[in-house]
Amino acid sequence: MKKVKTIGCEEALKHLLTYLDQELGPVKRREIEHHIEICRTCFSRAEFERLLKTQLREAGRETVSAEFGKKIKTLLSRF
Amino acid sequence: MMPLQLNREETVTQADDRSSFEEKVIGLLDQLFGAAMRLVKNREDAEDLVADTVTKAWTSRRSLKDPENFRPWIFRILTNTFISDCRKRAVRPRTETFAENPSDAETAFSLFEELHQPILLWRGNPEKEFLNKLLREDLENAVDALPELFRIAVVLSDLEGFSYQEMAEILKVPVGTVRSRLARGRGLLQKALWRHAKEAGLIKRSPKTNERPYEKGKDDRL
Repeated sequence: MKKVKTIGCEEALKHLLTYLDQELGPVKRREIEHHIEICRTCFSRAEFERLLKTQLREAGRETVSAEFGKKIKTLLSRF
Repeated sequence: MMPLQLNREETVTQADDRSSFEEKVIGLLDQLFGAAMRLVKNREDAEDLVADTVTKAWTSRRSLKDPENFRPWIFRILTNTFISDCRKRAVRPRTETFAENPSDAETAFSLFEELHQPILLWRGNPEKEFLNKLLREDLENAVDALPELFRIAVVLSDLEGFSYQEMAEILKVPVGTVRSRLARGRGLLQKALWRHAKEAGLIKRSPKTNERPYEKGKDDRL
């Protein structure tokens, strides 16, 4: 396997959110993963951003009321 | 000439069409409603928005070329309906007055860095302690306070898990615009959470700095 380029904190932070969104290409992703393994601060930062993202996602979960569910089913039955 | 009367096969296809549409909508109902809640901020309007979306989706179902894309397609209808409702109510999406490119001050804002200021008192792990103190309501309020276009980006990405490419298609903007709206939205969101945490007293300063209590506006690095 090709050796992973060692990057600094600034470069890692620039791409951190894209990395957490799983939107980085394989080369950049490995660079970030490598940096996070060796840098304690960036590791904590990544964990924090990941947790915040999870918490946001949980906060966004909603359930429709039974009444509204029924209303939508009635609407659909008219189509 | 083709007969105008529907033959039996066509009627059957139509029924299939309707039942598969219904199944997909019911499967996505909670998600659509969740996104709608964060866009319009109250249950009644969110229900109206979802009902409008479902009706529009049925009417324009022929515009969905690939059935695999049902989810991004119906979320596109939801966000478009929301944006056009805002315009009808003469509430211009606030972001229109903003430059599309995020300023450094906004995207560079990092809760993590704020939490690691040496003047703050934490018992153990500052990030975890802070996140544990945040309530669902705090997160909802922070999302709700974002200007519309940034709110849509955060909702589609962080709440609904769409990819940048899917978001670009939903919003009909380039991927670069998706990235910048998301970066700015997240920066603003973290700022709002920080502001809330300070105002609600979730953050304790060390005794030395307590002599100069936090003053809104003055000591506000936001």
